Amino acid sequence: MKKIFFYSAGLMGLLLTAVSCQKDITGRTSNLPAMLANNNDTSAGSWRTVLLSRPDSFVVVAPVPTTSPLYTADLFEIKSLQKSLNKDQENTIKYWAAGGVLRWNEIMRGLVAKYNLPPVQNSDTSYPIPNAANPLAYPLFPFSNPPYAARAYGYVSAAQYDALIACWYYKMKYKRAAPYNFDSTVSAKFINKSDLPSYPSEAAVLAGVTAEMMKLLFPGEIANIQAKAMEQEQATIMSGAATRADITAGEALGRQVAELFIARARGDNAGKAVGTPADWSNFITNTMDQGLTPWYSLEHPKRPPMLPLFYKVKPFLFDSATVVSLRPAAPPAVGSDQMNKDVAEVNGYVKNPSRENLRIVEYWADGVGTYTPPGHWDAIAAEDFVTQHYSEVRFARNMALLNMTLMDAAIVCWDIKYHFFNPRPSQVDPSIKTLTGVPNFPAYVSGHSVFSGAASEILGYILPANASKYSSMANEAAMSRLVGGIHYRTDCETGITVGNNVGNFAILRAQNDGVN
Amino acid sequence: MTALGLSLVVSLAKGQTADDAIMMSKKQWCNGLTYMYSSWNKYWEGSLKRSNLNMGTVSTESLMLMSNYGISDKVNVLVTVPYVWTHATAGTLSGLKGFQDIALDLKYEFYQHKIGKGTLSLIGVGSFSTPLTNYENDLQPMSIGLGSTNLAGRLTVDYQNGVFFTTISSAYVWRSNVTIDKTAYYNGEEMLTDQVDMPNQQMSNLFIGYRSPTLTIRAQLYNMYTYGGFDIRKNDFPFVSNQMNLTTLGAHVKYFLPFVPNLEVIGGADFAIAGKNMGQSQTYTAGLYYVLSLKK
Repeated sequence: MKKIFFYSAGLMGLLLTAVSCQKDITGRTSNLPAMLANNNDTSAGSWRTVLLSRPDSFVVVAPVPTTSPLYTADLFEIKSLQKSLNKDQENTIKYWAAGGVLRWNEIMRGLVAKYNLPPVQNSDTSYPIPNAANPLAYPLFPFSNPPYAARAYGYVSAAQYDALIACWYYKMKYKRAAPYNFDSTVSAKFINKSDLPSYPSEAAVLAGVTAEMMKLLFPGEIANIQAKAMEQEQATIMSGAATRADITAGEALGRQVAELFIARARGDNAGKAVGTPADWSNFITNTMDQGLTPWYSLEHPKRPPMLPLFYKVKPFLFDSATVVSLRPAAPPAVGSDQMNKDVAEVNGYVKNPSRENLRIVEYWADGVGTYTPPGHWDAIAAEDFVTQHYSEVRFARNMALLNMTLMDAAIVCWDIKYHFFNPRPSQVDPSIKTLTGVPNFPAYVSGHSVFSGAASEILGYILPANASKYSSMANEAAMSRLVGGIHYRTDCETGITVGNNVGNFAILRAQNDGVN
Repeated sequence: MTALGLSLVVSLAKGQTADDAIMMSKKQWCNGLTYMYSSWNKYWEGSLKRSNLNMGTVSTESLMLMSNYGISDKVNVLVTVPYVWTHATAGTLSGLKGFQDIALDLKYEFYQHKIGKGTLSLIGVGSFSTPLTNYENDLQPMSIGLGSTNLAGRLTVDYQNGVFFTTISSAYVWRSNVTIDKTAYYNGEEMLTDQVDMPNQQMSNLFIGYRSPTLTIRAQLYNMYTYGGFDIRKNDFPFVSNQMNLTTLGAHVKYFLPFVPNLEVIGGADFAIAGKNMGQSQTYTAGLYYVLSLKK
């Protein structure tokens, strides 16, 4: 008997070792190698900007000569830092060396996930509305739901792109060699050497422009973001890629460019997107006046619809008249044969879901507490872009194309949703139980489908070899909403088409932005 | 020790097995079926107790097959297989169902000694459990389980004096990482992976009561403590690697029917009295066990 016990104890011990060994979790991008651009894109100073009227709209004064004692002092700072790098500093350099646009996008996705929580109702069954002027009081500002997130990603990416165009312009104007190229006693620590001039520092431009934008978008996070910006700048100096003067000039340039975007954002109508109780009831009466069944919230207590006036936000890729022109035909009316068929189809999917359908639903759910569908497409894109060995400015350009597309997709989608104000399947047939949370806004057309149709279209243009992969991912994302029980097939299929149409505007821009 | 059927409490501390001091004799084979109904309409979001009108009352039901064989009087092997289904009375979320985790326990009574008027027994248990199916674990609280493969080491101390007994038992549970269907999740920072670190757990229980060859009545206190994990954020969904802590207080009865030899009925009720990131559950169990003797 003892034998049995000891054998089993031994077996347990082995299994334990196996289990404990695989405990450490490493993110997909945690250990990326240092970036090594296969093209420095030295002509990027002439690429087409988004808001900046000229690459030199903001003046960056010439750097002090390399003979200046100030420059020598800057080199000393690097050398003394490099003499005593500890493990933490080494890890910080390696983290940022994978790419500034990439890392800031990841940081932002984390913030979106952190703030993507719908407020708890008040005791009187109303709901509190987050207040940008008091972001730290509950409910925290922002509630970074999909439209909010899409706009935030859009502004940050567009601002980073313009700021880097200005940065490249000055880099090529002043042609200041990087410290590791100028002084042989400065090493390139945990980074790859590049011939790209270092003044102003692209890392600091990114730190400055992003930190400044985030004051508007995530005002409760200013201290954390400022710490990240300083960490990136310090890492860049320690790596030997830039001097203190390169950093200072870069950060100032980045912050100035951000101000342009912040001014636009303050006037783009997003601040009014929550609407008023009168706006909310107007949607209902307008729909009923047409003899149609209006959407209502399936939450208890009924929650006001998510950002109903977001459709009024000013798009990046086209004007507001185009938003209206992208509206599809009306969905089948509640009670029509077609709608009855659509509802029955939804019911068929949720009754006994296959494991594969559950996987698809959860894979694409991107609901409460996540970085939202735009963040999911950012993750897909960023991880593919990394393999392309882009320069920072090209990485920024492609993320800007993607995120301006996603923001405009949100605007167009919200226009359609609130124009038709169509109910969800579970409202039409309360017996429909869903495999993911029902979003608190009208059904037609599916947001996931518009986002995915738009993202796959522009990403397929940027990386043609992946075009069919992106398009099948988009279709899966769209269909996940049908098999999850929260959308009719029409919402998804029409949504993809609308998204593709939005994506085509981004392609048009990409074909004419001076980048090849 | 007298051969008695085993009762297995499946509270929200899932897979709670082999936590008593009862051993089957050599070549005795007990098979049973237990039904469990557990529900809550309040839950702890972190440490904050709240209700959720979009969930209503959430219930977990299970049917569990249990088989316990006496390799010897001192060594027993147990296998349990639960089929689980969930339901919410409000909101739109669908319940899920399926076979959950198979558990294998090897129970060894390595010490028994008369102390005073009573008998002291020490029992060691090694347990292994793993999902029987690739069930969806990322739709909490509707998912039927967490999806981790677990190993546990348990020590049970039992003292019986006449018909009165006390059992103290505690298990340390090592939990494997789990894979979720999402490619990223937020646990205080954004994790860009589908792998989730499941913090280990301690499962402890205290029984006090009456135990005769045909009847057991006991009061029971259970505690599950998770060594790490994060709190559910305000108005967020629960997640597999939350710090799930729960203390329940209950009572349990086992009785050999006088008119059907070897057939035992069991019943119990447990009520959550404290917790973190768990439902404040009420759990009821009822089961039938049949003991076969394979002795010639």
